[in-house]
Amino acid sequence: MSETPAPILVEAIGLTKFFNIGRGQIVHAVDNVSLQVHEREIVGLVGETGSGKSTLGKALIGLHDKTSGSVRYRGQTLPLKYGPEDFREQAKRAQMIFQDPYSSLNPRMTVGEIIGEGLKLNSSTSANDVREQVAEWLRRVGLEPDHMSRYPHEFSGGQRQRIGIARALIMGPEFVVCDEPISALDVSVQAQVINLLDDLKASMGLTLLFIAHDLSMVRYVSDRVAVMYLGSLVEIGPANKVFFEPKHPYTQLLVGSNPEPDPRTEHRRRSTLIKGEIPSPINVPAGCRFANRCPHVMDVCRQVTPILHVPKDETVSDRQVACHLY
Amino acid sequence: MSERDVVLEVEDLKVEFDTYGGIVHAVRGVSFQVRQGETLAIVGESGCGKSVTMQSIMGLIPMPPGRITSGTAMYRGQDLIRNKYLGGRDIRGSAIGMVFQDPMTSLNPTMTIGDQIAETLQVHRGFSKSQALARAVELIAMVRIPDAAKRASQYPFEFSGGMLQRSMIAMSLACEPSILIADEPTTALDVTIQAQILDLLMDLQKEKGMAIVLITHDLGVVARMADDVMVMYAGEIVESGTIDDVFYRGAHPYTMGLRAAMPSRELGARQRLTPIDGSPPDLFSPPSGCGYFARCPQAMRMCQAQHPYLMSVGTAHHSRCWLQHPDSTRQVPGLSIPHLGSVPVQS
Repeated sequence: MSETPAPILVEAIGLTKFFNIGRGQIVHAVDNVSLQVHEREIVGLVGETGSGKSTLGKALIGLHDKTSGSVRYRGQTLPLKYGPEDFREQAKRAQMIFQDPYSSLNPRMTVGEIIGEGLKLNSSTSANDVREQVAEWLRRVGLEPDHMSRYPHEFSGGQRQRIGIARALIMGPEFVVCDEPISALDVSVQAQVINLLDDLKASMGLTLLFIAHDLSMVRYVSDRVAVMYLGSLVEIGPANKVFFEPKHPYTQLLVGSNPEPDPRTEHRRRSTLIKGEIPSPINVPAGCRFANRCPHVMDVCRQVTPILHVPKDETVSDRQVACHLY
Repeated sequence: MSERDVVLEVEDLKVEFDTYGGIVHAVRGVSFQVRQGETLAIVGESGCGKSVTMQSIMGLIPMPPGRITSGTAMYRGQDLIRNKYLGGRDIRGSAIGMVFQDPMTSLNPTMTIGDQIAETLQVHRGFSKSQALARAVELIAMVRIPDAAKRASQYPFEFSGGMLQRSMIAMSLACEPSILIADEPTTALDVTIQAQILDLLMDLQKEKGMAIVLITHDLGVVARMADDVMVMYAGEIVESGTIDDVFYRGAHPYTMGLRAAMPSRELGARQRLTPIDGSPPDLFSPPSGCGYFARCPQAMRMCQAQHPYLMSVGTAHHSRCWLQHPDSTRQVPGLSIPHLGSVPVQS
């Protein structure tokens, strides 16, 4: 956590993304989310499948149109729906690393074409320079320059993820959305990729939004952690605070469900108190979205939607919780 | 390790696959025991042979291209590799149940959940259709799916991932197996649902006294569930022992490496993870020495030349590492992982 607050790089204000799936049904994927990401900060975004974390990440960099609300980049408001020019402009500033290193690389393109495509489309770099930069990036991510002429199927999962990283970073972005970059990888390879991202973050001064469901890894990687449930943020604060002293009942459930690789801790763990599963994000009712599973539910929870605020008993105002308990 | 009855004893299992690239030696001499009422966890990375080991015992690998070249798996005095029938009935699905990783694709989308569970009972126990369906509803209730009777008549697409996995567990337990094999049962699920499924498995084990073989790559799940642990690497067991042996007295550099590659609670935000460099060996032509040689930070010259055997390092604790050999002059490796602190070594 940086002591002096760095300027805000990316800011979502009341960002909302609904998907209309017909017959009057609307999926509330991201509902009125406000989030600030400071320069050179790593913000972790956690939540279960269907909580809207990937949609939020994509909406931030324009891969999804926004239903309402806005995204500001260095104070400049970005359009609700990107045109071709906007994409070209944004590609140089914001990039994305995808979850699945198997389906996110075109199997018919060589690694050199995949990594160099962005440069070729977005700048007047000559073909020769593109090749040189691709070679340089292959080295930086721990591969060999002569891998350029190979196809994705010749690489392992960890190597493919390195290719995905090179493709995103060759554009020299400031802001990178990492959408579960390590969840498809084995434990020993996860650490390799995390360390690589850490080095590149330091050398390029990157700002990252790190989306994942592995809580231990998110805590380790991030400066701040944001927790999402059914399209809204329920808690945000310094990583260690959110992980070790969670406030929101949902964060408590999430942290309490995360198995630690330590038998003594695990044998002391009580069984899960909260039953049930994440409800459907279609036509969500008013009030707190966690109300029907919450062990501390009150009458007010079913009527008034809680907003993110600093808890009353908090001495430092670096954490916010959307819960009527605080 | 307790003195409970051994329900399954596997000796020297070897499995190969013919491929266009040559023969893959997927499992290279694996021996272990499964005890009644206990959970054995088989841990390892993709391609280490953990799933193939159990699938070959269950006769679930396609042959050809697969081939079991050696080994026995004794269940109640009978070798399952050679004969899968006990008293004229297939033991698979009755005496040994299995839960697969991906509940979305392992269930039949065109049959109701109730019918799929009932089918097991009709085939293995000779129940009538109506008897089987009535029992299926009880089983659905047993795995704590609310509204069991209504749910039994629904199709898989109407269930969430967690409920599908519960249904799979209900199906695998329909014939009251003495062994339940769970192959990555929670990998496709979210952590909160994972916790519910693990609780369910532990409760059912207490109730029914069955043995569980848990195949997983997640050391957190192992820490929560297992009594005994077996770590596999490149088709072999590299370390085995009780859960405390493996987690607190780890005696193989690979096990230690896996622990150091994971962020632990104690790890501060600015400490680096210690990855295991490189990748597992090619199982087309497995190395003649130690399979972990190329990635091992403690590798010695002899590790490349000589294939290590499983050496005893405790009562029931074994490690396939030359550093554990009585003649080794070097200290047991890796036991002081920076952020885990040093762990006392059991002689």
